[in-house]
Amino acid sequence: MTTTTVSRDGLRETVRGILDDHGRDPGRLIPILQAVQEEYHYLPAPALTTVAAALGVPEARVYGVATFYAHFSLEPKGRHVIRVCDGTACHVRGSRDLLDALRAELSLGEAEQTTPDAMFTLETVSCIGACGLAPAMVVDDQIHGLLTPEAAVAILRDVRDGDEPGEEVPA
Amino acid sequence: MSETPTMMVDGRAIPIAGQRNVLELCREAGIEIPSFCYHSDLSVFGACRLCLVEVEGHGVTTSCTLVPEPGLRIHTSTAEIRDMRKVGVELLLASHDMSCPTCPKGSHCKLQNLARRLGVREVPFPSATPHLPVDRSSDAIEINPNRCVLCGDCVRACQEISGTGVLDFAHRGNRATVSAAFGRSLAETECVGCGQCARVCPTGAIMPRSEVENVWRDLDDPRKTVVVQIAPAVRVAIGEAFGLAAGTVSTGQLTAALRRLGFDQVYDTAFAADLTVVEETEEFTRRLAHDERLPLLTSCCPAWVQCVERFHPGLIDNLSSCRSPQQMFGSLARRLLPERLESSPEDLVVVSIMPCTAKKTEARRPEFAGPEGPDVDHVLTTRELARMIDERGLVFDELAPEPMDLPMGFKTGAGLVFGATGGVTEAVLRHAGAVRSAGGELQGAGDPEPVRTLSVALGDRVLKLAVVHGLARARELMEEIEAGNPDGYDLVEVMACPGGCVGGAGQPPTTHPGACRARARGLAEADRSRQLHTSGANHLVRECYDELLETPGSEAAHDLLHTRYHRRPRPSDELAVVDGPAGA
Repeated sequence: MTTTTVSRDGLRETVRGILDDHGRDPGRLIPILQAVQEEYHYLPAPALTTVAAALGVPEARVYGVATFYAHFSLEPKGRHVIRVCDGTACHVRGSRDLLDALRAELSLGEAEQTTPDAMFTLETVSCIGACGLAPAMVVDDQIHGLLTPEAAVAILRDVRDGDEPGEEVPA
Repeated sequence: MSETPTMMVDGRAIPIAGQRNVLELCREAGIEIPSFCYHSDLSVFGACRLCLVEVEGHGVTTSCTLVPEPGLRIHTSTAEIRDMRKVGVELLLASHDMSCPTCPKGSHCKLQNLARRLGVREVPFPSATPHLPVDRSSDAIEINPNRCVLCGDCVRACQEISGTGVLDFAHRGNRATVSAAFGRSLAETECVGCGQCARVCPTGAIMPRSEVENVWRDLDDPRKTVVVQIAPAVRVAIGEAFGLAAGTVSTGQLTAALRRLGFDQVYDTAFAADLTVVEETEEFTRRLAHDERLPLLTSCCPAWVQCVERFHPGLIDNLSSCRSPQQMFGSLARRLLPERLESSPEDLVVVSIMPCTAKKTEARRPEFAGPEGPDVDHVLTTRELARMIDERGLVFDELAPEPMDLPMGFKTGAGLVFGATGGVTEAVLRHAGAVRSAGGELQGAGDPEPVRTLSVALGDRVLKLAVVHGLARARELMEEIEAGNPDGYDLVEVMACPGGCVGGAGQPPTTHPGACRARARGLAEADRSRQLHTSGANHLVRECYDELLETPGSEAAHDLLHTRYHRRPRPSDELAVVDGPAGA
């Protein structure tokens, strides 16, 4: 069969494993979606359909939860996710300058979030609760604070130098 | 000495008598508190923030979530509350598509009515909501998200009444919307077309699809012979659109109105219902004799049929193979009427007036089409017909009653009771000559329970029957039956809508909680006023057998009056999630 079918089978097995880890409990929908996103860096549509069917929850409800939280993404993300905090404290301490510098370094247009080589996704978040370290950003769950645009770009370059391409994610 | 406990509403003592919440208590006390998201037949949601009241010592809260307690003192109309409600409606209007004069909801729109009631004269906020496309993919209903107020009534109706859960909230903030999964169009979902979402929608966001223009076109065409069938539940509800009380039986005016609109022949779906009873009883007794494919599941309700095809494919063989009365009528009309009415087959147009949105989808099933096209060309809901009567300028309640045309306008009372929950079972039991113990009445009582069970004697056998309305409850019962039918049901009647067809989504919008009950009483009254009460006594049905159908259950009858069902693919099928929970 085609490679698409193979990767779908792989996805089904992976998602089933996650579902079993959570006892197929509909009350654990959010942790299940978090685990799926951890695996694929986003929520592939077939994974949501599988989760809905296995939990006996309507697909529309799962889709509603997945689109409600900014944390979840239905679009594929890069291997490294950079979240620039744009909460009030970070905003007044120059988060927009960080964002502009990072966007320039990654050659991302205004509406683009993910680089064409799928290495980086650049996003803003409303507040990461590190106001004392403003301006701050989170790179792959690591918090960096008291940043300047230059320091932010240096961190990005370090991540790029250490990057190893992972497995392809099924569409 | 036990005194009835009371609470104070605007300084008046109001007795507490098991009301679900303060909103209902106020309603009984003659105060209609504004609300979008409160429906007595849905769960309490508390989202629209309009039903605010002030509780002395506790401040302002929503009355739909407040439980009546003795000694509670509330105020329903302080300056602060009036202001808060007004701002609430202003905010809703800010993101609302205000093309109100061309909205089909018209004067039945709760948002428009509240804006008027609360004295909103201008909307001080600019809109920040993106314009979204209208979904016209379904034959049953259409969704215009730009008119949505996000009250969630449709979401709860789809989940709690139909048990389907096709619609839910998606996204958030000013992008929040009611949507199917992945923003799919309704036609791509597992929607069964029952339209309960449209019935509860307070605005014009979810409406039955309209076929009025197609019907006018055929009525205007001099070559066409246009015949119409009227479903039982229509005659006890259409009067509401013209100011008559719910349950008023207006068959005669309805017939007169249809003739004035230009229909050539006016017939009764209840005639076909009598035929359905004869065929379905034959099928039931045959299955009983062989003890096969029991319980027999009724097949009159197209939303229910789709529900079985999608969610309970293992029970497809249990569905009665009888076509619904609408489709039996369509099939017979195609066969008998061209010759009788001296019309060429391609110029015969068959129109149905139905209380239902799912009937629109049913009429388009490929099984119900012949070489000239579909057996039933157009399906109008009760409210679409009311609009045609309005557009034509007829004063409905001043029309002199007229009788229907023969032969297909003739019916027994048994054909009429089909329009309320329990009616099909009632008609089959009458025809089969079953013996009921006291209390075995299925019609005319108060609000029927969602699931009613009864035992009746037929010959030397005791039969166990269940009568269900609301698909969510039906699906629970189907799960029991799939698990081995522990209660040993022989016959299960299911209607998708609360109260049966009288509560269909095509009926005139009503805010009167007792409307369905009143309509059902109207049908019971229509039954009593007929001379015949068993379908087998319909001599014009018998003539159909003599001329065409031979005997009940014959090959000829099967060819014209029965059908087959199909398992429908589900989105999860290709992912082969075989070990999900039962019924998923």
